[in-house]
Amino acid sequence: MTGERQLFKGAEAIAEAAIRAGCRHFFGYPITPQNEIPEYMAKRMPEVGGTYLQAESELASIHMVFGGASTGARVMTSSSSPGLSLMAEGASYLVGAELPAVIVNIMRGGPGLGDIAPAQGDWAMMTRGWGHGDKRYLVLCPSTVQEAVELMAQAFDLAEKYRNPVVLLGDGLLGQMMEPVVFPEAIAVPDPPGWAARGKPKDRRRVIIRSLYLDPAQLETHVDGLFAKFAAMERDEPRAESWCCQDRPPVVVCAFGTVARIARTAIAQARAEGLPVGLWRPITAWPFAAPSLREVARHANRLLCIEMSKGQLVDDVRAVLGPDHAVAFWGRAGGVVPTVEDMLAQIRAQFAQA
Amino acid sequence: MTEAVAFARTPVLTDSYMHYCPGCTHGTAHRLVAEVIDELGIQDRTVGVSPVGCAVLAYNYIDVDFLEAAHGRAPAAATGLRRTLPADRYVFAYQGDGDLASIGMAEILHAANRGEKITVVFINNAIYGMTGGQMAPTTLPGMRTTTSPQGRDSADSGHPIRVCELLDTLVAPVFLARGTLSSAKGVLKAKKLLRRAFELQHQGFTLVELLSTCPTGWGLTPGDSLAWLDRNMTPFFPIRTFREPGAMPPQADPYRPDLRVRDDGPTDEPEE
Repeated sequence: MTGERQLFKGAEAIAEAAIRAGCRHFFGYPITPQNEIPEYMAKRMPEVGGTYLQAESELASIHMVFGGASTGARVMTSSSSPGLSLMAEGASYLVGAELPAVIVNIMRGGPGLGDIAPAQGDWAMMTRGWGHGDKRYLVLCPSTVQEAVELMAQAFDLAEKYRNPVVLLGDGLLGQMMEPVVFPEAIAVPDPPGWAARGKPKDRRRVIIRSLYLDPAQLETHVDGLFAKFAAMERDEPRAESWCCQDRPPVVVCAFGTVARIARTAIAQARAEGLPVGLWRPITAWPFAAPSLREVARHANRLLCIEMSKGQLVDDVRAVLGPDHAVAFWGRAGGVVPTVEDMLAQIRAQFAQA
Repeated sequence: MTEAVAFARTPVLTDSYMHYCPGCTHGTAHRLVAEVIDELGIQDRTVGVSPVGCAVLAYNYIDVDFLEAAHGRAPAAATGLRRTLPADRYVFAYQGDGDLASIGMAEILHAANRGEKITVVFINNAIYGMTGGQMAPTTLPGMRTTTSPQGRDSADSGHPIRVCELLDTLVAPVFLARGTLSSAKGVLKAKKLLRRAFELQHQGFTLVELLSTCPTGWGLTPGDSLAWLDRNMTPFFPIRTFREPGAMPPQADPYRPDLRVRDDGPTDEPEE
């Protein structure tokens, strides 16, 4: 089935892409709106000789991921916003112990129990070092099912390259929508790396997977080492897409994930009305693609951030561009999905103010 | 004059001084685990999980591959190991009473309930040692700790939890036993329990609880601690083997539910 276009639900496509990327171990706990991922894994993993295990909680599933990652296996979990709050503990330990893993967050409305509708209110949580302590995660934000499949295929490689967890950040819309996708070729399950804890042969010292450094100087050295990796990520991994920006439009919409997808339609309609507007879309929530944003902002003096939250991406945009740019924000919270008409009205308002 | 070795270091223990307080039985428990790994010849196939608590540094002493789990999550981490490692590997988690029976109660219960093929070494000294002697889920009624200065009032802060008895209500475990490190006889018996647990590990979930001392947390001398353990802990936490392979708890009576809880299309069975 490689190479041909197939109709897939987003959540199931993410799961299939993980298996094709050599992941054979999934640990998870049910939560809406991402249950199609564990359900697909429960059905599919036995077919490929893998393991699906339903944990007793998100706390347990992230620490099962910790144990599995320690053996060098490609392991993952998926959840939705409230579940990610619980996983914050284990995620911090994964970073501290320098373990690779892939964590999918299909965001829903919050705070608290919130609702089960699509939202983007976890941008700040995921990009500001989710969980306790000083750290970062590579956070990938697909905007289509096809892009989710492609990013999933890269997520495990990136996690192993940096020995740090990678987050795939989507929302309920992405998880639920059906789209035609082309899957990449399945790869063989990679051999475990040398640092893995799998039993100590006589000729080597024991492996200790740990995050405890009782001596502050030692811990600082360890954290400096982590931040050297984060600096490398900031140098090499930022990704963003600029769309309809070739004619140097004076107004650019900033949006990520499925909001960016809706914004494309609004932008196309605005252009049909003669309003020159572009789209800037971060693909990595962290590291933030600041150079790409600055490039777009050289010609755009008005930026409009549209989000399914009360404004989180907009903080990053303002931090990068400073006070010289007018950065407006419009968003819907609570799981309300912004419509094309609403976005169009916001774009028109930008031109009216210009 | 030649020197004779009266007592050698177990090969699976490293050549490090242990950081444990005088009279603490963690050192004894570590040695017993190391001896069992040595005798079974599985040093190269064993991965341990250390807890949060005084024994977090177990990996400095027991010479096998190790992970350091978050507080209470050792059974979940051990599950991750078990589910990703080749079947011939041995996985053990080493946990204290606060770690296992308080913050990690969900993880231990569900690992046991799934029948994870791991061995859990459960050190019960009725107190939080590393954090300075606070009340634990196994603190005895009336026992004074830094957070129960008038003595544990069970009507207010709960009754001590008997972990082996609790896990013995589950179907899956294959070996559950409680021993004591309060005497030479108890130590020898404890080693037999640990060896049995490791030998049975590939059949299912195994746990050995070891009644242990915390002279610093208890405010007693090492010698008085051993006597205190025998006098106070053993009557409440009886020394016995609760589960052997094949034995089932009373709740595990054959039960045949109607498994068709959802209609996934036609089945082979005729409709009634």
